[in-house]
Amino acid sequence: MTNYDLIIIGGGSGGIAAAVSAYDNGISSILLIEKEAYLGGILLQCIHNGFGLHTYKEELTGPEYANRASSELLKRKINYKLNSMVIDITPDFVVTYTNKEEGYQQVKAKAIICATGCSERSRGAIAIPGDRPQGVMSAGQAQKYLNIEGYMVGKKVFILGSGDIGLIMARRMVLEGAEVLGVAEIMPYSNGLNRNIVQCLNDYNIPLYLSHTVKEIKGQGKLEKIVICKVDDKLQYIDGTEQEISVDTLLLSVGLIPSNPLIENLGVEIHPRTKGPIVDESYQTSIPGIFSCGNSLHVHDLVDFVSLEGKKAGFFAAKYIKNELCTNQKVDIKNGVGVSYVLPTQVDIQNIDELQINFRCVKPFKTCYIIVKNGDKVIKTIKKPYLVPSEMEKVVIKKDLLQNLDYLTVEVVDG
Amino acid sequence: MDKMICIVCPRGCHLEIDENNNVTGNFCPRGVKYAINELSHPERMITSTVKVLSGDLKRLSVATSKPIPKEKIFDVMNEIKKVEVRGPLPINSVIIENVLGLNVDIISTRVLKEK
Ligand SMILES: Cc1cc2nc3c(=O)[nH]c(=O)nc-3n(C[C@H](O)[C@H](O)[C@H](O)COP(=O)(O)OP(=O)(O)OC[C@H]3O[C@@H](n4cnc5c(N)ncnc54)[C@H](O)[C@@H]3O)c2cc1C
Ligand code: SF4
Repeated sequence: MTNYDLIIIGGGSGGIAAAVSAYDNGISSILLIEKEAYLGGILLQCIHNGFGLHTYKEELTGPEYANRASSELLKRKINYKLNSMVIDITPDFVVTYTNKEEGYQQVKAKAIICATGCSERSRGAIAIPGDRPQGVMSAGQAQKYLNIEGYMVGKKVFILGSGDIGLIMARRMVLEGAEVLGVAEIMPYSNGLNRNIVQCLNDYNIPLYLSHTVKEIKGQGKLEKIVICKVDDKLQYIDGTEQEISVDTLLLSVGLIPSNPLIENLGVEIHPRTKGPIVDESYQTSIPGIFSCGNSLHVHDLVDFVSLEGKKAGFFAAKYIKNELCTNQKVDIKNGVGVSYVLPTQVDIQNIDELQINFRCVKPFKTCYIIVKNGDKVIKTIKKPYLVPSEMEKVVIKKDLLQNLDYLTVEVVDG
Repeated sequence: MDKMICIVCPRGCHLEIDENNNVTGNFCPRGVKYAINELSHPERMITSTVKVLSGDLKRLSVATSKPIPKEKIFDVMNEIKKVEVRGPLPINSVIIENVLGLNVDIISTRVLKEK
């Protein structure tokens, strides 16, 4: 069995950045394992532009960003395997993968970074009553069919959920000649980026039905009609607001969930909100030596932040392998009022020069303050013109403010 | 006073422009340029895919090299739909030069290898 210092599972932007960074921090015995035929992950089906503004200071398409990121990996001659699926990790870090040429293979690592991305919520996860016809699928699936296979899934399309993938697909299908009849969002505000509302819906006069949902799906064999309806502030159907729409395709863009079957089996502790593993400031999970980054840790809006996170995970995994990571002074980081989750949830300040806390707010805010407290004491306040749950926010706290830590809390309050 | 959302980057700043073309709400200078352009002649980037006749992919992703006038979007899409390519082609190859005389090229956004 071959031994590596570090095994990285997943060759998307998170895994690639982690590999490059671990290498640059002195670890050369690395194996990255990817189940698909190409490096790049989800980026390869995201042919639209809007990637890389922070990392490369220019706006790239998904495949272009993937190409730049992978070339960094290739330049360093880091080992990687494609078409290879990891199926098991044992408690002593024996990793089993399979592929056509080698069959079952086992390799062993001192540390593992799990960067396996996320999956889309399905109809099962949101339970719409009615028939189970063909023509109902997730927006990401439709995106893969269209952009990778060149196959249009339908001609009269409705989209449930205003997540970015749904908005991007609305425009994409209109450009390919489909009629997109609308997007329904159960919340009173959109979950997608503002720019996508403007350039994907408004540009093509596609209506966005806020506080609306799909109440029923109709069709024998093939999808024929959907019934949309308004909801009240408790998200309950309002009788009499039903509207029937003839469609052949319903795309679901109702959220993404971190995907971690491998390390969940190992008993890694999962965060109730993010559904990804709980990590500390070094991106280490509750199992020492297993690190996490990217969409398998928490769902990201921007690939740039995935790459940055991968870079940090790679850096800290390298430290762990070199026995330089401290874990004896951990304190908790909690979400206070107005904040739905914080990441990381623990910090040992011996490992860092500054602490970045990522978080999402619970509802849209106009002028507001982000407040960071140590115990009851406020240590940092930042004024913001607006905050929305669909955009991940971060606060960075310099180390000199992090002395005599009790526990940290992040709050958002109206200004 | 006009209000709009800057779409130049995913940050999506809320912009306001007054009668004298003074722009506020922008996080970076590109927001100013966007707001003024958007009022006089709105432009958009277009991305799509073209059919691959031989190569390691079924479809090759493409993009406009620069934003094009918004009213030309569907005309440009029609031109893109006519194209078929053969590998190998390096990334950022010109697939259609000066599409519809707009001084914009259609370029590939992924490496296409031989089969
Ligand atoms: C549809 C969509 C649109 C987006 N639009 C934008 C945008 O406009 N701008 C922007 O900046 N960001 C955008 N993002 C966000 C950003 O692109 C992603 O968050 C980022 O690319 C995710 O990277 P990742 O490495 O975490 O996951 P992924 O790219 O999903 O990579 C995970 C990889 O792990 C592999 N894998 C999983 N399980 C296994 C296993 N058991 N064995 C081996 N390999 C495995 C998968 O095959 C995959 O390649 C978008 C995301 C999506 C989904
Ligand atoms: S103003 Fe600058 S930062 Fe704001 S959305 Fe436009 S380009 Fe992005």
